[in-house]
Amino acid sequence: MKEYKRITTPLTEDVIADLRIGDRVLISGVLYTARDAAHKRLVELIEQGKPLPIDLQGQIIYYVGPAPAKPGQVIGSAGPTTSYRMDPYTIPLLKLGLKGMIGKGNRSPEIRKACQVYKAVYFEAVGGAGALLAKRIVSVEIVAYEDLGPEAIRRLEVKDFPVIVANDIYGGDIFEEGVRKYRLTGTG
Amino acid sequence: MREIPYETVVETVKQMCMEANYEMGPDMYAALRTALEREESPQGKAVLEQIIENAEIAKTERVPICQDTGVAVFFVEVGEDVKIVGGSLKDAIYEGVRKGYQEGYLRKSMVQDPLRRVNTGDNTPPIIHFDLVPGDKLRLLFAAKGGGSENMSVARLFAPAAGKEGIKKFVLEVVEKAGGNPCPPIVIGVGIGGNFEMSAILAKKALFRPIGSRHPDPFYAQMEEEILEEVNKLGIGPMGMGGRVTAFDVHIEVMPCHIASLPVAVNIQCHANRHVEREL
Ligand code: SF4
Repeated sequence: MKEYKRITTPLTEDVIADLRIGDRVLISGVLYTARDAAHKRLVELIEQGKPLPIDLQGQIIYYVGPAPAKPGQVIGSAGPTTSYRMDPYTIPLLKLGLKGMIGKGNRSPEIRKACQVYKAVYFEAVGGAGALLAKRIVSVEIVAYEDLGPEAIRRLEVKDFPVIVANDIYGGDIFEEGVRKYRLTGTG
Repeated sequence: MREIPYETVVETVKQMCMEANYEMGPDMYAALRTALEREESPQGKAVLEQIIENAEIAKTERVPICQDTGVAVFFVEVGEDVKIVGGSLKDAIYEGVRKGYQEGYLRKSMVQDPLRRVNTGDNTPPIIHFDLVPGDKLRLLFAAKGGGSENMSVARLFAPAAGKEGIKKFVLEVVEKAGGNPCPPIVIGVGIGGNFEMSAILAKKALFRPIGSRHPDPFYAQMEEEILEEVNKLGIGPMGMGGRVTAFDVHIEVMPCHIASLPVAVNIQCHANRHVEREL
């Protein structure tokens, strides 16, 4: 079995340069959550030249809308949501120093290119593994947009949060390369 | 007339909502283990291992397998000799869903209006398909159907000439286009015949069959196997990162149809294939 790479946030250029598609990574440190509605608000602030409620420098955003926490739980099941919906909002955040994104499914060619240009990484978390992923979250704090409920921006402290590198800074794409490697049928 | 108290239905539905969301069926466990043995891609194996571990955590800790605890979908077979006392059957199912999602800490994912999109707050309304059958039993089938995989489903009306080959090609196109988005490995429900709406209902119903079961008609059983083999040649793999196992199974349900039509619907289900069944 392939080894894990352990990384800690905020992400530095050296750490990012070492990540290649297919790498299994365990993240410790801080993740910020944001889905469609929070992304929309962040980008509106940027367009108006206003400051953001969070400093994105070197940070990772996790695309997630968790289930409610049971008594005694830090957070309810918290697996990734589909990432392509965040594509239209992503580049302005990368320009502000965002270095990592976690979600599920492939990104647009623009975002793949932007990962190269802005030296950022897109990680795949396993969709539907919400119970397991929730256990790697040690604390949760709402930092902005509480009115958005499950879509509010939360600051998660995570320990050994498991992901796989899907887009690296070298233009690699795990979805394209993986499927090419295992495809057995002719045309497509 | 056999009588079933309203409260019994409420309680049963509530339990079904929780159980389906916390516990994977035995057929799914078996399918996951077989997939792990067959999978060659390292990413694919890593994904399958996590899915299995996740299912175990969800089961022991009684928490949802996936945070998208879905639309509550029911197929209800009502015996002609059954009567619900103390309230209506439909109200009982609604109340059971409300309680199950609230008390079970399940995410509420329904919006009241498709365009104005305000959350109903209790995951109602469920989607219920009623059927009247002989006998004095009430049979309830429940699925928690996630949005990610539902979004990748398609219905199309073919000319009869499209035949078996046309349908196979269509299913492959739908699966290929979906790629990693519906959280593969997937289960594929194919509804053939009926009319426009019935083909989609058949496709949904097909998802309730246990993994590994074959259609009783050898013609369709063979077609299921052929499609499954072709789908797994696509190389999409677990979570779309490449691999041998793209689908766990293909289930076809059929019905008579009009001489001019060949309706076909493909309903995609993710690996969080959550459904349960109860008879009262
Ligand atoms: S597609 Fe299924 S497993 Fe994936 S996030 Fe949605 S409900 Fe969960």
